[in-house]
Amino acid sequence: MSNLAILPIIIPLLSGIILAFFPKKLTLVRLLSKLFIIGNLLVSGFVLYTVYTSGSIILETGAWPAPYGIIIVADSLSILLVFTTNIVAAACAFYAPHSLSDRKEQHYFYAFFFFLITGVSGAFLTGDIFNMFVFFEVLLMASYALIVLGGDKIQLRESIKYVLINLFSSILFVTAVAFLYATVGTVNMAQIAQRVQEVDQQGILTTIGILLFFVFATKAALFPLYYWMPNSYIEPNPVISALFGALLTKVGIYAIIRVFSLIFIYKIDMTHEIFIWIAGLSMIFGIIGALSTNNIKLIIAYNIIPAIGFIIMGIGIFNETAVSGSIYYLVHDMIIKTALFLIAGTVTYVAGTSDLRKFSGLIHYYPVLGWLLFLAAFVLAGIPPFSGFIGKLLLLTGALSESEIAIVIIALISSLLILYSIMKIFIKGFWGVKDASFQPKSTKGLIGPIAFLLALSVILGIGAEFFIPSIENISAYLLDPEIYIDSVLKE
Amino acid sequence: METLIIVLAGVLVSVATYLLLSKSVIRVILGTAILSHAAHLLIITMGGLKTGGVPLLGEKDSSYTDALPQALILTSIVISFAVTAIMLVLGYRAYQKLGTDNLLEMRGFDDE
Repeated sequence: MSNLAILPIIIPLLSGIILAFFPKKLTLVRLLSKLFIIGNLLVSGFVLYTVYTSGSIILETGAWPAPYGIIIVADSLSILLVFTTNIVAAACAFYAPHSLSDRKEQHYFYAFFFFLITGVSGAFLTGDIFNMFVFFEVLLMASYALIVLGGDKIQLRESIKYVLINLFSSILFVTAVAFLYATVGTVNMAQIAQRVQEVDQQGILTTIGILLFFVFATKAALFPLYYWMPNSYIEPNPVISALFGALLTKVGIYAIIRVFSLIFIYKIDMTHEIFIWIAGLSMIFGIIGALSTNNIKLIIAYNIIPAIGFIIMGIGIFNETAVSGSIYYLVHDMIIKTALFLIAGTVTYVAGTSDLRKFSGLIHYYPVLGWLLFLAAFVLAGIPPFSGFIGKLLLLTGALSESEIAIVIIALISSLLILYSIMKIFIKGFWGVKDASFQPKSTKGLIGPIAFLLALSVILGIGAEFFIPSIENISAYLLDPEIYIDSVLKE
Repeated sequence: METLIIVLAGVLVSVATYLLLSKSVIRVILGTAILSHAAHLLIITMGGLKTGGVPLLGEKDSSYTDALPQALILTSIVISFAVTAIMLVLGYRAYQKLGTDNLLEMRGFDDE
């Protein structure tokens, strides 16, 4: 029964291994990868249902009791994110065959795709900090292969920088784990949390906490550490950018949420105050980046940074409303960022360029694509009936109840500018005079996944009444680390 | 003994940082290799360098050294080995395609 928890890791791992055997048989590989990802989506949906009806599933691998073996914890937060990951991945798997060239698909794209999903699910589900490092490396290693797939000049140039910064932060992660092990003598997260409450070495523990935050903030592209992200995310194929934009930075954010709601919670006035500042600065600098460019892919990539800022702001405020806002926004942002990257990829494909100054009037040829972009801009900016609104409303209510006025003003202004930066694509690229010499290309298969993702985020917004109670349960669960510790250590 | 190894790790980190900030790709890759050495040394030191038997049950010692950091290091070594291999191939391919190993010449976009 408790083996259910590991299925979302095992299925993509086995799928990746199977697909690595016959990379040249494209029809078979495409069919199998769609089947596998839908199977994985259904299984993780079933695990999600089980967790929400009968509580967290804890798997002690190899039947070693909790602090001694590696444990897999499928609690309400991690399994929700795994399910969202699989939704995003399924949309990407259906988009990929129409977007990638045959040559790229033959060079093990689907195998690396499934290894990426393995790493992301593993990082969400693990209950052991060194194991989390290993799953980070699994997903990073797959992402190194995906980012350089194709081997264009610009890709090679950007991937050197990408690999380098991630390698550096991984080594820092190992160092931080070593310090933590020296201080508390364990790598199991529940036991670390328990011992942190007992020992009184708070100075060194806060230092380790900030070091871990530095590591995760590099992965999540927060304010001073986002410089590597925008350019390296726009160079690979759109479907790969979409996977990166939706999953990789969010794993860093999940690690921050987990570590700073479970382990380092004894000095909130210092650590979490820093988060609020960093959140504000991320919003400001991210939105400046998004407004500064005419490259549509770069506009979307820069929009990741303020979104991460919104999520980290909820963690910084750390009351129940704000944390549930963060979780809601996290799920919403994973879905909408994938949709936006896929839209940007489709627009680049049909227009033949990603430079906004070079095309206009696309609405005459692609009305559906145009209105999908319009809808996505509304969802992202947080116009009331859609999902971005609910998350931001919860975050801002939480911030106001703690009288953090400055961050509220920054958040509201940056929401406005986010809307402007996306509408700029719509106004410049889709409106305007009809270009008679334009040769329309077929968008067969490209629109479906985008429409699916946008429909989901509309449902997420309109059906908020249905989702909010479980989100609030997760938030209450996160604010009380004793529940996690007790369920893992069984005391 | 711990103090000595920590000073050594510190020297390795500073050498690695200096190399990471240099212009040539190959020096940067050497820097990452040295940095991972420093991290591994740090793990073994942080686990404690107390004298005890090697962690083999056949040795029948009264006490053993901590086995967990050794397992962590072994995992970390193979991971950094793999990433170093990727970095070296990436540097080689970039040299072939871009015709330079100078990081300062690898910046900017054509369309900016």
